[in-house]
Amino acid sequence: MDIHEYQAKEILSDYGIPIGAGGLAYSPEQAAYRATEIGGEVWVVKAQIHSGARGKAGGIKVCKSEDEVSKAAEELLGKKLITHQTGPQGKICHRLYIEAGCNIEREIYLAFVLDRANESVTVVASAEGGMEIEELAVTKPEAIFKISVDAAVGMQPFQAREIAFALNLDKSQVNQAVTTFLGCYRAMRDLDANMVEINPLVVTKEGNIIAVDAKMGFDDNALFRHSNIAELRDKSQEDAREMRAADRGLSYVGLDGNIGCIINGAGLAMATMDMIMHAGGEPANFLDIGGGASAERTAKAFNLVLSDDSVECILVNIFAGINRCDWIAEGVVQAVKSIDLKVPLVVRLSGTNVEAGQKIIRESGLPIISANTLQEAADMAVDAWKKATGK
Amino acid sequence: MAINLDENSKVLVQGFTGQIGTFHATDMIKYGTNVVGGVTPGKGGSKHLDLPVFNTMKEAVEATGANASIIFVPPPFAADSIMEAADAGIGFCVAITDGIPSQDMIRVKRYMRRYKAGEKMLLTGPNCAGSISPGKCMMGIMPGHIYIPGPIGVVGRSGTLGYEAADQMREIGVGISSSIGIGGDPINGSSFKDHLMKFEEDPETKAVIIIGEIGGPQEVEAALWAKDNMSKPVIGYIAGLTAPKGTRMGHAGAIISAVGDSAAEKVEILTECGVHVVPNPASFAPVVKEVMAKIG
Repeated sequence: MDIHEYQAKEILSDYGIPIGAGGLAYSPEQAAYRATEIGGEVWVVKAQIHSGARGKAGGIKVCKSEDEVSKAAEELLGKKLITHQTGPQGKICHRLYIEAGCNIEREIYLAFVLDRANESVTVVASAEGGMEIEELAVTKPEAIFKISVDAAVGMQPFQAREIAFALNLDKSQVNQAVTTFLGCYRAMRDLDANMVEINPLVVTKEGNIIAVDAKMGFDDNALFRHSNIAELRDKSQEDAREMRAADRGLSYVGLDGNIGCIINGAGLAMATMDMIMHAGGEPANFLDIGGGASAERTAKAFNLVLSDDSVECILVNIFAGINRCDWIAEGVVQAVKSIDLKVPLVVRLSGTNVEAGQKIIRESGLPIISANTLQEAADMAVDAWKKATGK
Repeated sequence: MAINLDENSKVLVQGFTGQIGTFHATDMIKYGTNVVGGVTPGKGGSKHLDLPVFNTMKEAVEATGANASIIFVPPPFAADSIMEAADAGIGFCVAITDGIPSQDMIRVKRYMRRYKAGEKMLLTGPNCAGSISPGKCMMGIMPGHIYIPGPIGVVGRSGTLGYEAADQMREIGVGISSSIGIGGDPINGSSFKDHLMKFEEDPETKAVIIIGEIGGPQEVEAALWAKDNMSKPVIGYIAGLTAPKGTRMGHAGAIISAVGDSAAEKVEILTECGVHVVPNPASFAPVVKEVMAKIG
């Protein structure tokens, strides 16, 4: 789960990370008021959306007067921002964070990530802040400094000092940096975050260190023990269909194609999507209905897939282990009868009770195309889609 | 022969008396797995499915001589159960539980470092369908009847995709020595490489299928190891060619977040390492046939 910049800053501030003065605003009036409250002569109005690269998308505006702050707020609130992280559908800005401007001397990149290779938390830092780290990893890998944290004892001060000196920080700034690094690690560990990123961490002309941006991502599997974090969820920033699917115990990801997929198991779902692509089609979604799928859940899966208007054909592929093919077949038949299906439907059943399942499909009298193998299923789905749409 | 589990495995079920534990323990017993009892804290001394229930793993191992365990404990408590199994001297452990926090798994992995190489429990999963040595022992939630015994080793992340491969093998009459599920989580107990090393040593196994997916470095690590150390052919598939970057595809670990995480990149490196990459997931059978014909 992702949270907003202002939420991450609030959390990190409690762990000793220095942040600038700032406040949240939901309207232009509130934004101008915040600016007065903060004081000073320069403010930054920042769109709060769950995405990086907001600056490039026009989501961050530097203002020199309260009037400018109000105008910037007017422009940003309700605006759809499109970044490479949001995808073409973009994300709508409903909240603003108004922050005091600062005199930037230099920018540092800092991130704490779960490192799958080392099976530990790894700290990634670079003196080349402000840049995208993926870009830097390609163009200037030697500028990236990494440290792996031992989970038994946590991050040690000497490790934080090593990073601070590797970043060429002035000795007067080292203590402040060490507090920042250790604080980020503690926040990550205490709250089950899987990512903390500060880009940039700024050294001001006055010699202070300030987190100018902050991003935190949390392990969904650990939210059960952090109700205060779970509360920070902003559903407006998440895909409506994915959310609805999650509420129903289904795992769904919307994609750009036309062939809707209903599959059990994440691996088989990805594999079936690969097969559709090989057969000359494009999947409209990833959907794992999970083990022990009931008739009811199957019906919900149909409704979910069909809520995407670009779906012009549906492929159901079930390899029943815990599931039983006859239960799934019942579910498919019930769902099709209840929703007046207008697109072709291909069903492939395999595994436990497959004969009983196929019999139910055959005897239902519904126009369901039955496939025996994965290959057949993909070919038939793409064929049916082409015939139905003339593509 | 087989790897990790066979007719000599004496299996304890952790989370034995729960609904899921009961369902799958029944299924495993029916398959012929030597289930010797189970653990549910607080229910020690009672009987379940005609088998003894214990409060702790140590007691259970002492009383039954168990050397393997399978975990159906809910996610908040599962990491604890894994460490309890390791501490009780279990040799092979299958963690079925889906949804264990990543930092819990990091702690588990760190904890396991206290054991010497020869004494360390081999953990598979979490978030896996389990493992099976057909005809000998099943520790998992898979449909056992689709696996026939034979010369192919299988190691994979996904349950259902593993069934698909096993089914294709059965169709052409080629059996499986052992099929090992390592699970779909970002931090898992053991990797593709850990099991490739064992399959290389197993005289019954003639070739190995690895079934990977997007996310993480383990498929590539295994391929690089196999290139220099493996005499047996490796057949591979990576699921998720159509997966967009930065989006989790069901499995907690199936996400393209770093260089080398995508299916296309993994396929390229696997191919360079001499792995026979199947062109699509419907082609395990023809590729295995071809490879087996070559090695006779």
